[in-house]
Amino acid sequence: MANNITPEEIIKKGKLVFSKTALMTDKVLSYCPGCGHGVVHRLTMEVIEEMGIQDKTIGVAPVGCSVLAYEFMNIDMQQAPHGRAPAVATGIKRAFPDKFVFTYQGDGDLAAIGTSETIHACNRAENIVIIFVNNGIYGMTGGQMAPTTLEGMKSSTSPYGRDIEMMGHPIKITEMVAGLPGVCFATRQAVHKPGLVRKTKKAIRKAFENQRDKKGTSIVEVVSNCNSGWKMTPVKSNEWLEENMLSFFPLGDIK
Amino acid sequence: MNEVKLMKGNEAIAEAAIRAGVDVYFGYPITPQSEIIEHLMLEKPHERTGMVVLQAESEIAAINMVYGAAACGKMAMTSSSSPGISLKMEGISYIAASELPCLIVNVVRGGPGLGTIQPSQSDYFQAVKGGGHGDYRLIVLAPSTVQEMADFVELSFELAFKYRNPVMILSDGIIGQMMEKVVLPPQRQRLSDEEVERRYKSWATTGKTADRERNIITSLELKPERQEQHNINLQDKYKKISENEIRYEEFNCEDADYIFVAFGSSARICQKAILIGKEEGYNLGLLRPISLWPFPSNIINEIADRVGGMLVVEMNAGQMVEDVLLAVNGKVKVKHFGRFGGMIPSPREVFIAIKQKIIGGKNGK
Ligand SMILES: Cc1ncc(C[n+]2csc(CCOP(=O)(O)OP(=O)(O)O)c2C)c(N)n1
Ligand code: SF4
Repeated sequence: MANNITPEEIIKKGKLVFSKTALMTDKVLSYCPGCGHGVVHRLTMEVIEEMGIQDKTIGVAPVGCSVLAYEFMNIDMQQAPHGRAPAVATGIKRAFPDKFVFTYQGDGDLAAIGTSETIHACNRAENIVIIFVNNGIYGMTGGQMAPTTLEGMKSSTSPYGRDIEMMGHPIKITEMVAGLPGVCFATRQAVHKPGLVRKTKKAIRKAFENQRDKKGTSIVEVVSNCNSGWKMTPVKSNEWLEENMLSFFPLGDIK
Repeated sequence: MNEVKLMKGNEAIAEAAIRAGVDVYFGYPITPQSEIIEHLMLEKPHERTGMVVLQAESEIAAINMVYGAAACGKMAMTSSSSPGISLKMEGISYIAASELPCLIVNVVRGGPGLGTIQPSQSDYFQAVKGGGHGDYRLIVLAPSTVQEMADFVELSFELAFKYRNPVMILSDGIIGQMMEKVVLPPQRQRLSDEEVERRYKSWATTGKTADRERNIITSLELKPERQEQHNINLQDKYKKISENEIRYEEFNCEDADYIFVAFGSSARICQKAILIGKEEGYNLGLLRPISLWPFPSNIINEIADRVGGMLVVEMNAGQMVEDVLLAVNGKVKVKHFGRFGGMIPSPREVFIAIKQKIIGGKNGK
């Protein structure tokens, strides 16, 4: 009977099946319940902990919902102007080539205002990791259209759905940069199911190993939900993601 | 021991940067300052000192690379000219807000817009009043010789690290392009990575080690009370800089009847105008602000007690004159004389201007 088991017994060594990585702080996440950002944070910190590189890692937070990533990640971090994280990371990596440097960016940050920095950092083969959370919308500013918003998808600046003729096509930037010789690894993952979470972690690990081995730029795109911006419950948003996002943004390694 | 060379102002800055032990330079070509990155590339600083020089994809990228490197405690710099400096402004505001040390060089050309590649001083307001968004200040140094172009590099980094504040060298196309004799500073060794990590342990992001808390470089503060406190702290720092870092040069200000106030290449022109005046029987002087921010207001106010008037000569439509007017506070007549859009006033033009606008009367006195 569950009633007879004390909490102390539950968290006894040996019975413990999961614990939070020490590289996540105790600060309560500012993300909406059900949002994918928190999972991607945890996976990134787990990889850094498992590789034992906390003392050599500098992260770059973007402008977007994850602007406060430095509150949750127990590592040295810089907060970059909107879209400029790959340039900031370039500055860090060129100043300290033996450190591990990663950016953590949303789709507006990476694929709209920061497209130039993304492409040129990749083209220079900057030896960094780019973690790219694609939720098809501008979460932080209240659900405006992103460069990745799907055709027909509603947002506060495409209230009748994205009209391709007027607003252009959604952009597949990971495929675009995969075509650059500076990129050694480009992959698209998701975190709305346990199996996919494990795969995403593997991809992040591979990206950091590429950096260790000085192979060039690695980009890990994570197709994620924005239940608040999409105006859905978390469960519904994950279903919607599965049904709509993944056909346009198919999962798997691109390069 | 010191090397003497004939160099362009832009080349002197580049060479001085290598010799000062600068760690990283990021820039994007624009006339009239491209010789800075060209000289750096030619000199192979990577072999000489280990300095990294990278041509960025834009001025925006370049200033953000500076941000990243400066936040690691490295000596980081960029250079550009007016339109490029406008593009850097968001980044400069972040750097000032995050209290990072770095050097930004503006070799000013005429504006607004794409303007002209000819020299100008029309970015004075942008440099000394902030330029980007928010309440912040850059320390701004205005060289008037090629020698000062070289000397101010090391001075800039000294001030930048002393106050953890960005420093701007506000030059112009004349000084950037002209060749003069320059005594080059001796080569300083770059700090080792370990030394940088040790020295700036309290703030630089170099990787969180077990013996310290994590370092975070950010300019975001969502709580208004804390953001106000951050602003108050910045203002306190700016006050300290204003008290300690004012630099200027006086020419004959002790007994001149009238003076020019001018910075950079305009000051050189005024020096010639003083000589013309002397030949014609006028006793003129010059106060040359070297630090444009903090501005040498006190000395200008003192001089106002003993001269008959001041002519502010600038290659713009009247910018520094506002600070001179504030400093003089109505004590004495202050007028502006300017050429702009890339035009350079001649010494005689300037001399005639002080006669007409300030000295007045039949023959001045
Ligand atoms: C220069 C600048 N322009 C605009 C903004 C406003 N802004 C903040 S976050 C954001 C969009 C972020 O969306 P995304 O990158 O997709 O990240 P998400 O919030 O969805 O995680 C915008 C436009 C800003 N802070 N700075
Ligand atoms: S607004 Fe969207 S992206 Fe931002 S935290 Fe909420 S669910 Fe996540």
